[in-house]
Amino acid sequence: MELAKIAFFLIFTYFLLACALLLRPFGKPAVSDMDEYFILNAQREAASNNVVASIVFDYRGLDTLGEATVLFAAVSSIVLLFRGAPK
Amino acid sequence: MNGSSVIVKVVSLAIILPALTFGLYIIAHGHLTPGGGFQGGAIIASALAIFLVAFAKQASKTLRKNLLSALECLALLGFIGLSFLGLGKSFFFNFLANSGLIFGQAVPFGPNPGFINTAGVIPLMNFFVGLEVSCALTIIVLTMLKAGGDKK
Repeated sequence: MELAKIAFFLIFTYFLLACALLLRPFGKPAVSDMDEYFILNAQREAASNNVVASIVFDYRGLDTLGEATVLFAAVSSIVLLFRGAPK
Repeated sequence: MNGSSVIVKVVSLAIILPALTFGLYIIAHGHLTPGGGFQGGAIIASALAIFLVAFAKQASKTLRKNLLSALECLALLGFIGLSFLGLGKSFFFNFLANSGLIFGQAVPFGPNPGFINTAGVIPLMNFFVGLEVSCALTIIVLTMLKAGGDKK
């Protein structure tokens, strides 16, 4: 049992070390078509200096709608939960 | 529900107005600076939470839950309606950008000082989301304060 624990510890440590060595260097992300597209075209298409805002509210607006709906559901459930509380 | 001591009341009065102004600034500049509707709404909600904690009795008379939930639902409906207005091209289409109408100014490519009259529907959506988030978080604080707050 102890041997199994030590073996698991060593294997997991070497796994983490290998992952850390295989990381990409800082500031050099993997090349993808989408980020180049957003950097080159977001200011022209969405007319917004803040490219993050243009992604959140324009390109991925449905995601923001889901977040707002989640917040609405959370507030509704909290109001429902405390409805029976003594005044 | 008596609120806090005099020290807490005075300090919170000094904090609340700058915090509300800062939240409005974050919402209004959501398309130019880091931040936006969610973040600014959270700042406004924390200012209102300070108000609720310091002035429990007066604050729960001023901030009514029905009004807040009506505002929250209206903001969410406005957000959805604004996204439906772009349906001539697609859902969530930015129909005001580069149109010359309100928030319709074009933006030059690359780094620039930032113009407030740009970005189409993004500032309007920031406003609606900020209203929704601030009302929602204030409703949570208000409900829990009324249900379980100090009963002295």
